[in-house]
Amino acid sequence: MARVQPNVDTSPKVSDEVRQTTCYMCACRCGINVHMKDGKVAYIEGNKDHPVNQGVLCAKGSAGIMQVNAPSRLRAPMKRVGPRGSGEFEEISWDEALSLATDWLAPVRAEAPQKLAFFTGRDQSQSFTSYWAQAFGTPNYAAHGGFCSVNMAAAGIYTMGGAFWEFGQPDWDHTKLFMLFGVAEDHDSNPIKMGLGKLKARGAKVIGVNPIRSGYNAIADDWVGITPGTDGLFILALIHELMTAGKIDLDYLAHYTNAPVLVNEEDGSPEKGLFLRTTDGAPMVIDRNTGKPMPYDCEGIEPDLSGTLRIAGTTHRSVFQLMIDEYLDPRHAAENVARKVGIPATRIRAIAAELARVAFEEEIELPTPWTDFRGRTQQTMKGRPVSFHAMRGISAHANGFQTCRALHMLQILLGSVEAPGGFRFKPPYPKPAEAHPKPHCGVKPGQPLDGPHLGFVHGPDDLALDADGNPARIDKAFTWENPMSAHGLMHMVISNAHAGDPYKIDTLFMYMANMSWNSSMNTGGVMEMLTDQDENGDYVIPRIIYSDAYSSEMVAFADLILPDTTYLERHDCISLLDRPICEADAAADAIRWPVIEPDRNVKGFQSMLCELGARLDLPGFVNDDGSQKYADYADYITNHQRRPGIGPLAGWRGEAEDGGTGRGAPNPEQLDRYIENGGFWIKHIPEAAKYYKPWSNAYQDWAVETGIYDKPAPYLFQLYVEPMRKFQLAAEGVGERQPPDHLRGRLMRTMSPLPIWYDAAPDNLSASYPITALTQRPMAMYHSWGSQNAWLRQIHGHNPLYVPTKLWEEHKFTDGDWARVTSPHGEITVPVAHMAALNENTIWTWNAIGKRKGAWALDKDAPEATKGFLLNHLIHELLPAKGDGLRWSNSDPITGQAAWFDLKVRLEKVRAPAESQPAYPPQASPVGTGPGELKVKSKA
Amino acid sequence: MTLLPETTEKKLGLVIDLDTCVGCHACVVSCKGWNTENYGAPLSDQDPYGGAPSGTFLNRVHSFEVTPKEGAAQLVHFPKSCLHCEDAPCVTVCPTGASYKRVEDGIVLVNESDCIGCGLCAWACPYGAREMDQAEGVMKKCTLCVDRIYNENLPEEDRQPACVRTCPSGARHFGDLGDPESEVSLLVAERGGMDLMPEQGTKPVNKYLPPRPRDAAIDILAPLLEPVATGPKGFLGWLDKALEKI
Repeated sequence: MARVQPNVDTSPKVSDEVRQTTCYMCACRCGINVHMKDGKVAYIEGNKDHPVNQGVLCAKGSAGIMQVNAPSRLRAPMKRVGPRGSGEFEEISWDEALSLATDWLAPVRAEAPQKLAFFTGRDQSQSFTSYWAQAFGTPNYAAHGGFCSVNMAAAGIYTMGGAFWEFGQPDWDHTKLFMLFGVAEDHDSNPIKMGLGKLKARGAKVIGVNPIRSGYNAIADDWVGITPGTDGLFILALIHELMTAGKIDLDYLAHYTNAPVLVNEEDGSPEKGLFLRTTDGAPMVIDRNTGKPMPYDCEGIEPDLSGTLRIAGTTHRSVFQLMIDEYLDPRHAAENVARKVGIPATRIRAIAAELARVAFEEEIELPTPWTDFRGRTQQTMKGRPVSFHAMRGISAHANGFQTCRALHMLQILLGSVEAPGGFRFKPPYPKPAEAHPKPHCGVKPGQPLDGPHLGFVHGPDDLALDADGNPARIDKAFTWENPMSAHGLMHMVISNAHAGDPYKIDTLFMYMANMSWNSSMNTGGVMEMLTDQDENGDYVIPRIIYSDAYSSEMVAFADLILPDTTYLERHDCISLLDRPICEADAAADAIRWPVIEPDRNVKGFQSMLCELGARLDLPGFVNDDGSQKYADYADYITNHQRRPGIGPLAGWRGEAEDGGTGRGAPNPEQLDRYIENGGFWIKHIPEAAKYYKPWSNAYQDWAVETGIYDKPAPYLFQLYVEPMRKFQLAAEGVGERQPPDHLRGRLMRTMSPLPIWYDAAPDNLSASYPITALTQRPMAMYHSWGSQNAWLRQIHGHNPLYVPTKLWEEHKFTDGDWARVTSPHGEITVPVAHMAALNENTIWTWNAIGKRKGAWALDKDAPEATKGFLLNHLIHELLPAKGDGLRWSNSDPITGQAAWFDLKVRLEKVRAPAESQPAYPPQASPVGTGPGELKVKSKA
Repeated sequence: MTLLPETTEKKLGLVIDLDTCVGCHACVVSCKGWNTENYGAPLSDQDPYGGAPSGTFLNRVHSFEVTPKEGAAQLVHFPKSCLHCEDAPCVTVCPTGASYKRVEDGIVLVNESDCIGCGLCAWACPYGAREMDQAEGVMKKCTLCVDRIYNENLPEEDRQPACVRTCPSGARHFGDLGDPESEVSLLVAERGGMDLMPEQGTKPVNKYLPPRPRDAAIDILAPLLEPVATGPKGFLGWLDKALEKI
């Protein structure tokens, strides 16, 4: 046939308009361009000017259109009409819904505010929701950090005043060796992929430490398929090898860490293990210039790493000497840990040597002079181009806090934190633990709480205990069981509320957390707790209010549903007061705004809280005349001031035309300025302040100008965390506030002020259940949110259990087989698949793909419900009984972080059942199911 | 039987870096979004909320495990879309002339108004790069975003295929592989870019950059870890000397 080439229109109109807002398909908060046609969303792409994603966008982000059109969207407020769990509701008006909520909550506030438990899941407005909860007066508020990565955040902040992801990032432009621990595919999503791309483009080396070689680890130059839960042991071996060889940055340790600080060594002293301090409380060091003890921050001193001081009969030695005693010990040598971590000693030593080589033989220098807080000026910025990143993989273990601490110690010994090529903080970090609030739990009927709920404790006096020493919070955060639980323990709320331990509650109010399904341990048990009735036929948890945009599994368990909008229909602020979107070179914040209006009878959760707060007469939510103070969340974002001149958004405050400094009076046109600027504000850090921020005068001054602090706050990295020692002292009998006897031994063992490793496997009965079972989150799916997404569920519609070659052969599995997986707590029966690039004693699956029938507007035969499954059924919130008459929590004893990844199981081949087990009966769908075909093109 | 042009003025195509691709599917969904809204019929989905959801995608990511004789198994993520072959069998097999290769840039397209949905082209393509849209009954394939790369309604920096613009790790590159001096050609030369299944004789324009060697067993750095002293006492002695030197 002759060639006939048709004319193609190569310049079609793309859209009527582009509206720029912030993505919410995961927690990364990328900037997006929403292309509109005929008033509808037609196409979503990344915003090239946005600091987080610089134009790129992941699969989830591009699939946002299917989230906005999802048939699972809730349509109106609903009141339960069937039994709890059935999913039977009737739609009601907002007035009726908010009147009902007010009728329930007003008496609670007047009589016993703690009987409201308000937990907000994957909330990105925690500075607002916590403000609301504080005004209500309940101590029972937190978001989801306790079951996510609190170990990473808390260990980072206690150790170095910042942590990975939202608080800091590798210096992607200068690093030459990047080591990634326990991050498979996410957190943070696009920035890590962009960073890896930069490293690959210039041939920098990537080492991945993860039992599973997928995602980021698949492209690592070296893969270390470590035994799960032993990362801390491996890291301490690296520290041992590096210290033994003297491959550590002594100048950095002396000047910027508490390694030279003097520690009391007097046996039996109530101050043993505490710092020698001046009368003003400043920790003291020996000055090498004079040999005399001096406050650490004195101008011009040379702190001595090997300082020793004997005064009034008491010997004090530097932290660094304690580290020498601890980490040079041969028990940390590579050959002594190799078997346990599953990595040959030669490989451990090769990795240590590689770190040493790059840090000390490929040192870089930036030609930027800088001056530190002691007045020492250096003509260049010296860089150690070794960087690290880690997230849930190392933190969701019972030894996670200490493991995360060990990793930070490794970074600091190499002198690579805040040095060019290393790890860099993002404003408002660096910020030491002392600069954060302490937890507050002072309750008075009808009154606000006495301060912020969450914070950082610095000793037993800061625990959230009542006058009798009992837990003040329903989740038992900040108690002797988990003293440093900086994010609360959302995963313990339902089981504690059901047990009435430490007390009974009246109303459980939750937002955006699928606690009856993929976000809880012991999922079957939790569903029973939510529906359990007492001898009078009343629900044991009397009232449940839930807010979500979608028909998730949790909806069926609520008495009252307050439907939220989708992310393109709402105002939000990604605030410097909360979880910021800053970059290492800039402070930045962002908004969401309604690029479309909801076509349903729904309200943004935060706008709804403005109204509910006014109905409840909460201080801060009403004017003097009792009228509603903030019409909606946009009004709050614009006009609320946390301190004079400081509000939820830092940009375009006061009269500023150019974006402003970060401080200033509320500006009624602020949101318009954000929209004009693409939905975000950014303020760059000056060149001289870009590195060494915790100690750099230039950065400290810039941070004050920007409103991050009110005065400069330089500090030392805490290799030795003194507050932990205070808990050990209490356990040894020192002080008024004393732990219960059964916790003394554990406190002494685990609250070591220097990082340690302990084995969580025996508590999980690893002798009888020898295989570790893990989950990972796929890059193209976020929690349960993606299940309703017609495009994403074609990529991850079901989740086989991946089995390594050794176990595959041992059990004679073939394709299409099923296995029964048994843990000390329960069993599941699920489809298996072979994967060779996997630790030989580890099995795993994708997180949160499994669905309950009836949820998410999926058909009952959806593969998510028939072949998909959750490991959650195998994990209990308590450890198996040890025979000591006690039941210990399945969490980190320091922070309460849920120890998801300590799960130990057995595996056996079984005949394929009709569907994955356990299978639960369908919930009624309050929104029906979706259409049978999608064939949509917008009208231009 | 449809004729191919004897030569094309340019050979526009993709260079996909398998050393860098993390398998995130960003390209897959961005492609789905753009091409649902643009060239030809929307990319439909059948049973999208049901038991057997399926839909039309012009680009998919496959993942393969490689188990070397020595060392750990590896996972390779392999995005695949039309390779815009110079000798495209999907074009020559087309009975209506609906499939064609453009003279000016070498892009292989389907003129949907002439497509009878016979499926011969999908059968002829050795790469499985064409998908029949079940709603429209026409053959869909990668257009290399022909309606983006020249689109005067887009800012110049955005005139590239949607998959390239969105790729978070920068694993996808777009350009003229007919020009030996183009950035993509230089990248192919530097990194040993490869044809997919060259034995098929299709002369694909798209190239793949192979993964760099992984898990190299190196042990030449041992001297770096020589102990500086024996025991804590010895170490303190070393420390004092080292601190003097600072």
